Amino acid sequence: MSLEESRERQVLDRIERVRRRRPRLREERVTLAHGAGGKATNTLVDAVFLEAFRNPLLEAMTDGATVTAGGARLVFTTDSFVVSPLFFPGGDIGDLAVNGTVNDLAVCGARPLYLSAGFVLEEGMPVDDLRRVVDSMARAAARAGVQVVAGDTKVVQRGRADGCYITTAGLGVLTADVELSPENVRPGDAVLVSGPIGDHGITVMLARGELDIDADLASDTAPLHELCALLLKAAPGTRVMRDATRGGVATVLAEIATASEVAIVVDEAALPVRPEVAGAGELLGIDPLYVACEGRMVAIVDGTDADAALAALRAHPLGAGAALIGRVAADPEGLVLLNTAFGGTRIIDLLVGDPLPRIC
Amino acid sequence: MRFVDEFRDAGKARALAARIAALCEPGRSYRFMEVCGGHTHTIYKHGIEDFLPEAVRLVHGPGCPVCVIPMGRVDDAIAIARQPDVIMTSFGDMMRVPGGQGSFFDAKAAGADIRMVYSPLDALKIARAEPGKRVVFMAIGFETTAPSTAMTVLRAAADGVDNFAVFCNHVMIIPAIKAILDSPDLRLDGFLGPGHVSAVIGCRPYEFIARDHGRPLVCAGFEPLDILQSVHLLLRQLAEGRAQVENQYSRVVPWDGNPKALRVIGEVMEPRPYFEWRGLGFISHSALRIKEAYARFDAERIFDLPGVRVADPKACQCGEVLKGVLRPWECKVFGTACTPETPIGTCMVSSEGACAAYYAFGRFSRERVREASRT
Repeated sequence: MSLEESRERQVLDRIERVRRRRPRLREERVTLAHGAGGKATNTLVDAVFLEAFRNPLLEAMTDGATVTAGGARLVFTTDSFVVSPLFFPGGDIGDLAVNGTVNDLAVCGARPLYLSAGFVLEEGMPVDDLRRVVDSMARAAARAGVQVVAGDTKVVQRGRADGCYITTAGLGVLTADVELSPENVRPGDAVLVSGPIGDHGITVMLARGELDIDADLASDTAPLHELCALLLKAAPGTRVMRDATRGGVATVLAEIATASEVAIVVDEAALPVRPEVAGAGELLGIDPLYVACEGRMVAIVDGTDADAALAALRAHPLGAGAALIGRVAADPEGLVLLNTAFGGTRIIDLLVGDPLPRIC
Repeated sequence: MRFVDEFRDAGKARALAARIAALCEPGRSYRFMEVCGGHTHTIYKHGIEDFLPEAVRLVHGPGCPVCVIPMGRVDDAIAIARQPDVIMTSFGDMMRVPGGQGSFFDAKAAGADIRMVYSPLDALKIARAEPGKRVVFMAIGFETTAPSTAMTVLRAAADGVDNFAVFCNHVMIIPAIKAILDSPDLRLDGFLGPGHVSAVIGCRPYEFIARDHGRPLVCAGFEPLDILQSVHLLLRQLAEGRAQVENQYSRVVPWDGNPKALRVIGEVMEPRPYFEWRGLGFISHSALRIKEAYARFDAERIFDLPGVRVADPKACQCGEVLKGVLRPWECKVFGTACTPETPIGTCMVSSEGACAAYYAFGRFSRERVREASRT
């Protein structure tokens, strides 16, 4: 190793030490970056919410909390939906609100059972629109086999909400004896994704109509509970599952690598990305790896289970486009490496703010 | 994806890499500056350094529009945004750039109406929709983006959209390259010319680099194979003892540039006597301002600006990074005090900034990865 390489390595090691420190919230006000699902969001959650509510269940920072009540192991979760526009190709805020919470339960290994739904409605919202949203929630709930058993409605003045916001909470039950956690991830494990990535985020961005780009795309919003159950059955060595929502597949992988202190090596050529998504991403300067999906999951399974896991996913219509995208390695720990399709190597890190288009 | 995949062919890349290695004289090292931030981004995003022999080093240059905006100009823009009935519009890249008193994101969170747009025409659209407000476009960028700003001013003038204005921060690439060439602490063997800028200004303005400084320049495209081919062309010139301007990106860059775009810039804008560049200091005739004839669209004339020069933070070494004297990781605060989430310098903000690109994509030891893959 040359002197220069050893100097660079010292700097890189120092940076990794800094990265493992607890982040500090410096801003005096909440900015949009705090809602983008990347580092800023994590900092806000850590400094404000975790600080105030601190308990072992919350500290795990998983998609849902696993609680024991009356001998049953239950998973409890919540999610809020503020998507604009309310209606987009392939779905609307209603099925998103149901599927999002169903999926948080499903990737924890639970069978989703009950949801609550809270509505914040803007004065002036057409009742027909509201009905459309709620009908689509009902259909999504039926598809996922859950019941909406509690709810709340508030109306705010015109201009104080963008049509409607929905918060759902969900309860599921753990039937099988599963222990899913990023801490279980080991070198040699296989990394899978259940289908093409980035469809939802790109669809919604284009549906806003600000970009004058047309593409034949639809949101991937869908319930993942059947897919998750199939995977757990086919691959008992499943370490962890995550739905790749805000921040996309990249964010999920980066969080798992950090939490499990392993390296994840992803093969760019193996990533399933529709040409329309790749094309829009090129034009906008957005990497599909960071774009939200609402019906895709990332799973890490024992390397010897990889083929069985892939076959199980592909047997289900929602997993037809599933792919093995990478492997877990021991080193460099905490980092996600991407072998680019071009033949080079780079890392994949958490996103800092909004996935904003570059300007030139 | 058509028209993209052709330029990312791994097999062709390996073939080019072999030809690049073969052109390197034993015992000699080569330092080529990629002037444009878009190139820096491509180099890290695709891992292009993996294809280059150790003797060839790419040095990152000053061509990142966001990186060169000095802190005082950010403060001026925020002062405009804070005025009553003003809507400030900006490209997304500008939002997190720190001024002396915070960024656009901070000002927006504190109540200023600042909106992200994808083009100055979007800002004009907002101006038409909100006639009761003054809509200001934060114009940044080299000759690449200046024509669209100028076109928008012409459109506003033609349609009488008098509540539209531009806060002009457009800069020019040639004075920046001159400043780099005059910098005593830098040894460069050649340049990868900025492809998009060159699509506007053409290849002729670079001829002084070959003629007066004896350095080759190759106008390069933005796909990974473009970069490798351009490096190959530079090495071939050096091997043959030539120093010329060559155009690798001829599918986009006409030798004489785009006369129409240049005419539009000339109609609306004129060079300033001097302009402050972040890290590089004041460079004469290096930036553009709105001409007197279009004064009613010039935010600098409409608003009373603080215009205070804000010194860069002491720890920040963006200037050395922009000049290619330091590599990102050699900066004292890189990755520790200065990170993409808490940037001290602008190079850590834009995805085209050398520090941000290295931090986001290149922050790993290649040696360590090679070791790991062996075990």
